[in-house]
Amino acid sequence: MNQSSAARVEREEVTLTELQKNVWEPRSLFNGFLNILTWIMALLACLPLFSVLVMLIIRGSRRLSWSIFTELPPTAFEMGGGFGNAIVGTLVMVGVGMFLSVPFGILAAVFLAELGPDSKIAATARFCAKTLTGLPSILAGVFAYAAVVLLTGTYSAPAGGIALSLLMVPTVILTAEEAMKMVPRIMKDAAHGIGCTHTQVITKVIIPTAMPGIITGVILAVARAAGETAPLLFTALFSEYWLFQGGHVGVMQPTASLAVLIYNFSGMPYENQIELAWTASLFLVFMVLVLNLVSRAIGQRDTGVVTMVMVIRKMITSKKDQGESK
Amino acid sequence: MTTTLEGSSTMETGGTVPTEADFPQTAIQCRIQELFYGDFLAVRNSEVNIRKQQITAFIGPSGCGKSTVLRCINRMNDLIRTFRFKGELLFQGINIYDSSIDPVAVRRHIGMVFQQPNPFSMSIYDNVAFGLRLNRFKGKLAEKVEHSLQRAGLWNEVKDKLKNNGLSLSGGQQQRLCIARAIATEPSVLLMDEPCSALDPIATRIIEELMLELKEKYTIAIVTHNMQQATRVADETAFFSVDIYKGGRTGYLVEFGPTDQVFSDPQEDLTKQYISGEFS
Amino acid sequence: MARRQFVRVVFSGDSVSVPPSKWEVFCDQAFRGFTWACTLGIILLLFYVLYEIGKKAVPAMGEHGLSFLITQSWDANKGEFGILPQIWGTLYSSFLALLIGGTFGVTVAIFLTQDFMPAPLQAVFKNIIELLAAIPSVVYGLWGIFVLIPLIRPFCEWIHTHLSWIPFFSTSLAGPGMLPAALVLAIMILPTVAAVSQDSLLAIPYKVKEAAYGMGTTRWEAILKVMLPTASHGIFGALVLGLGRALGETMALAMLVGNSNQITLSLFSPANTLAALLALNFPEAGKVETQALMYAAIMLLLITLVVNVIGQAIITLTSKHRGV
Repeated sequence: MNQSSAARVEREEVTLTELQKNVWEPRSLFNGFLNILTWIMALLACLPLFSVLVMLIIRGSRRLSWSIFTELPPTAFEMGGGFGNAIVGTLVMVGVGMFLSVPFGILAAVFLAELGPDSKIAATARFCAKTLTGLPSILAGVFAYAAVVLLTGTYSAPAGGIALSLLMVPTVILTAEEAMKMVPRIMKDAAHGIGCTHTQVITKVIIPTAMPGIITGVILAVARAAGETAPLLFTALFSEYWLFQGGHVGVMQPTASLAVLIYNFSGMPYENQIELAWTASLFLVFMVLVLNLVSRAIGQRDTGVVTMVMVIRKMITSKKDQGESK
Repeated sequence: MTTTLEGSSTMETGGTVPTEADFPQTAIQCRIQELFYGDFLAVRNSEVNIRKQQITAFIGPSGCGKSTVLRCINRMNDLIRTFRFKGELLFQGINIYDSSIDPVAVRRHIGMVFQQPNPFSMSIYDNVAFGLRLNRFKGKLAEKVEHSLQRAGLWNEVKDKLKNNGLSLSGGQQQRLCIARAIATEPSVLLMDEPCSALDPIATRIIEELMLELKEKYTIAIVTHNMQQATRVADETAFFSVDIYKGGRTGYLVEFGPTDQVFSDPQEDLTKQYISGEFS
Repeated sequence: MARRQFVRVVFSGDSVSVPPSKWEVFCDQAFRGFTWACTLGIILLLFYVLYEIGKKAVPAMGEHGLSFLITQSWDANKGEFGILPQIWGTLYSSFLALLIGGTFGVTVAIFLTQDFMPAPLQAVFKNIIELLAAIPSVVYGLWGIFVLIPLIRPFCEWIHTHLSWIPFFSTSLAGPGMLPAALVLAIMILPTVAAVSQDSLLAIPYKVKEAAYGMGTTRWEAILKVMLPTASHGIFGALVLGLGRALGETMALAMLVGNSNQITLSLFSPANTLAALLALNFPEAGKVETQALMYAAIMLLLITLVVNVIGQAIITLTSKHRGV
């Protein structure tokens, strides 16, 4: 019971007009304006992707034919030509990169995820891997130049492959570690309980179960490596010939690659070369998209688009599961 | 009586080899002094004897250490870095916590079924065959797998879909698959850590009946938080508890004996109180 | 480790269990040792990269010393080497890219997390943005040369003619230049900034959002006054990571920045960056120039390393602050 009327507060009545929506009110205007601005910016952000894809298709499909696989790159005033050797070169060097980075990366990831997740060496290694993801691709090339080209005295496909593997390793490690951590603890318990040595738990249960995630990571690394130019510029250089010229396979020589071809041709004043650059770009982007689809088919859940963004996400979220010790 | 043997295929002459005849009734003797997780004393001074071809149940309130003790039997607790075991655990007369014993070898001889069904992410067939392949079984694998699934009471439901992934089964089926997997290598002892707690009553019933059949051949130790389950399946019951009225957190064995006796005529007050539901 | 003895216990004749064989135990220990070695290998790899590049940079460092960092000319014939214009170009292009790409990136993150679209459309949109990161750098360069530059040239010419008194617009866009390079760079770092910012915004507990809306804020009042401040550390980290990415980007810049060693504020003038310098000069470089390039390489390495480590640290610290 309110006794003191002196303390009673004057209440204003709420009128209908106060409650109704009013677009012209300053707060609503501001809100609406920013909404519109956001929509515009969001759509603008999508625009480059569509522009790139559309241009690739329009300009790249002009020269799309089997000759791109079978013919060699044209020299200055030549017409026609293809880039079969560049495709082969890219495949070979990415293959070398995979051969070096995948086993090494998976083994390290095993230690990080399972054998010593909380140890100091694991924390240091994770830090190093994350730091290496930020390594500029040109410096991977500089490193391979210093470590391999100067040593062997020649530009070569393996030098290019080593440069690529440097870029692939952090990706493989971080994604493989994530994939292995996702294997449920109870499944690992079951493997231990049935009498597996720790290695058997890893090889018979953890790795097979984590395989889709590991493969996704490998595909990501491959997709990125296939498109890299800078690491190859002065390790594998370029070549206008097939890798297996003259009846024998010679890898210790300058090797062509798709990315370097695009780079070289884009700077030339010849329409022929420029057209081929577009076609090669179309082919490259197409390969990347196909790899994405393959990894989705293999993957168990929707990891989104397989790009470096995924790795960066993992770098962040991997901090969150720092509460499990038992 | 405690002897260890060298070598993997031949046996040394000289030491006595324990055989079944040496252990007429007791398969496992747990003599626990202290169990630690880091600085935390989880279990103290408990001694449990698990007899052959019987079902022994560990009951008690949550946090009393019954799962911890069960997991000591196959050295599963070793996986936890901070765990320390003080005492003896005799398996067929051999102290398996001796420093010369390989825990992996111990686990090959003891099967375990966990609280959450945990089949491997492979086909049903491969799940059951897993232990057999691990032990390099040279005989007819398919027969063994079928035999195992039959004893687990799962064969009729999965015989047409052995290639399906084990995780595609229902919860109760997955647990029976885990049982089939555990018994495929014919271990003499089967440990079950609250095997029915994640299952519905019908699946629970099926597994309880299964346990009663399995005890003809296997020695079973089961942890359960369900007293009625203990009365239904167990021959002997061990009641663990913490000093609940003194605010203690260290578990210990309060009472151990034939199930009928523990439930109808408990010797300890704490047991009486637990059974009558005064705490759980 | 003490030699382990194997126990063979003979009980039930039916059991098929055997203890692990010597080979299995050996494989177990060997495999574990091997994984440890690979983990160590990663650490050594990072140091080896630093060592190898640093070692090759030492001759040039001895020769030029710190004047390398402030000299403006790069002339292989005269033996004059200096990377000040390239440092300037690297920083200028990266900050421009961060300004544009960062703004767009955070906006996209807001767009994707603050209920602007129904969920299935959000997923599609998110994938589109992430696809931007799947396009190789060299393809962006190609697109930049043949699509972007012709597109923006008319606008830039107009701005230059009318506003050339502003230092940013003091030259005309002849082709490659700072602006096209920065624009493409912005497109390339947008997905990174967007993704990390999204995670920050999504990590905000729902109850915070409830509290804001419960007070009667409009959507944007809630975003600007509550959501962004709460996520600010994570967004800052996103921007630093984006910056790190921009600093290290090579190809698109090599193809679009114009490769002219000058320092200028003009957005339309060609310039050069450290990465582009390396990309362009290395293949043809003689011995002396190569040493100078190695010096430039180590500087680039240091700059990107520092920025990336700081970005990582920020992300790590802010994710700890997120609470339970």
